[in-house]
Amino acid sequence: MLELLNLSFRVAVDGKEKEIIKNVDLTVPDDKLIVVTGPNGGGKSTLAKLIAGIERSTSGRIIFKGEDITELGITERAKRGIAFAFQQPVKFKGIQVVDLLRIASGKELNASEACEFLSAVGLCARDYIGREINASLSGGELKRIEIATVLARGASLSIFDEPEAGIDLWSFRNLIEVFEQMRRGSKGGSIIIISHQERILNIADEIVVIKNGEILRRGPKDEVLPTLIGTSSAVVGCRKADAEGGEAIC
Amino acid sequence: MLKLDEIQKRLLAEVADLHAVPEGAYNIRSNSHAAGRQSTANIEITPKSDVPGIDIRIKPGTKNESVHIPVVLTESGLKEVVYNDFYIGEGADVVIVAGCGIDNCGNQDSQHDGVHRFFVGKNARIRYVEKHYGSGSGSGKRILNPGTEVYQDEGSIVEMEMVQIKGVDDTERTTSAELAAGAKLIVRERLMTHDDQRAISTYVVSLNGEGSSADVVSRSVAKDKSFQKFDAKIVGNAPCHGHTECDSIIMDGGRILAVPGLEANDLDAELVHEAAIGKIAGEQLVKLMTLGLTEQQAEEQIINGFLK
Repeated sequence: MLELLNLSFRVAVDGKEKEIIKNVDLTVPDDKLIVVTGPNGGGKSTLAKLIAGIERSTSGRIIFKGEDITELGITERAKRGIAFAFQQPVKFKGIQVVDLLRIASGKELNASEACEFLSAVGLCARDYIGREINASLSGGELKRIEIATVLARGASLSIFDEPEAGIDLWSFRNLIEVFEQMRRGSKGGSIIIISHQERILNIADEIVVIKNGEILRRGPKDEVLPTLIGTSSAVVGCRKADAEGGEAIC
Repeated sequence: MLKLDEIQKRLLAEVADLHAVPEGAYNIRSNSHAAGRQSTANIEITPKSDVPGIDIRIKPGTKNESVHIPVVLTESGLKEVVYNDFYIGEGADVVIVAGCGIDNCGNQDSQHDGVHRFFVGKNARIRYVEKHYGSGSGSGKRILNPGTEVYQDEGSIVEMEMVQIKGVDDTERTTSAELAAGAKLIVRERLMTHDDQRAISTYVVSLNGEGSSADVVSRSVAKDKSFQKFDAKIVGNAPCHGHTECDSIIMDGGRILAVPGLEANDLDAELVHEAAIGKIAGEQLVKLMTLGLTEQQAEEQIINGFLK
């Protein structure tokens, strides 16, 4: 279980202090899928980064599995079971897909084990395990590999920051399945997804709406989702051509 | 293996991946003496009579054979200049593994300057691997100054892999190549310097024949207070393609000077250079840390991948 207690995050902008996250209290129970939505710039991604330790909160506490992890760094939080999928996957030089999956899983992976994680995100392992994680991969491929590394972590809390951004339609359908499988999985993990895609909101156990750094509303999906339809917090996937000529979610 | 002690054997494993007597032709030089030599039906190795070094003659049409010519130095204060000439016959296709390992436990400098000349026949193809490695706790420096000259006949292909990852205090590498029509040169250099080390790598590649091409790529990491200079010049004297690239990571107080040079003396010479120097991207570290690595482990993974 994850608990955020009176969590705040302030930054200095042009000499003035700006509050990005304001006194947020939130509990994420075990085995639940929570989708955090809300207008752009409302603080959703920042909240996800505060939980993973990528940004450090200025006040408040973060309790994970009963332990106060507020002062712990990224590595320590990862070791305690927090996984994070970046909105913009990071590129490397020379590091291959299989290397990243190995690091993520914390053990030597054989080809069939690596294949499992890649197949789950719709990639054919044979074509990908030896590929370098660089600009030779498309945005959609990088994104799917990013999600595969989180699957490989087998973490007790997996956070996905806008997993649908830049992904093609086929993968998007696949993605929903990945999340549903994760939820059904026996690992007993919780999932936090930052998204305003209606179809992702639709698989949530609970929805949290964040606006101006504060929790505007939270509750079971069936209660919250109807209030969001037609707003920017619940976007129905539209089609547009992406840079590679395929269809993308926007 | 031969009459080598444990340190010499370890150096051989580092520079030539040799754990036993290699198959095929070889010449192992240890502390300025030949520790072993073998020719084959197609590859003849003979010592030079006027200067230290060997001649390696590879018969035309020789395929799928290899030559190992590693050098190890374990005596502190030893300084040597060695001249090795390779004559590669027409249409041959061989692998040549060189490399030098120095273990210096004393307080005098140890130095090996290897001058390698390659005369590559028509349509011949070679893959040349050269690894440099230094070890030993003495205050004496480990110095390696390789000089490489490559003369490529028409249609020949030379692939060179130059690796220096650890322990060499001072290096001045000079490589020159002259390419006839249709010849192709591919160079992959990987270099890491640490502590107070200094490494200078200079290339002059002359594309003299129509359709000749060169691709010279260096990936390097400068740590601590080390200094590197990468000076790569490609001269296009005919319709040709040339590409040079220096991609470097600096850490701590490391310094790198990249001096790309292109000289086009023919209207149809197409020459490109790329150079990038910078520290490890913060987001790469963060990504690996979210997978459970410490910052130091993340750095190691990034550098290992970069130099792979």
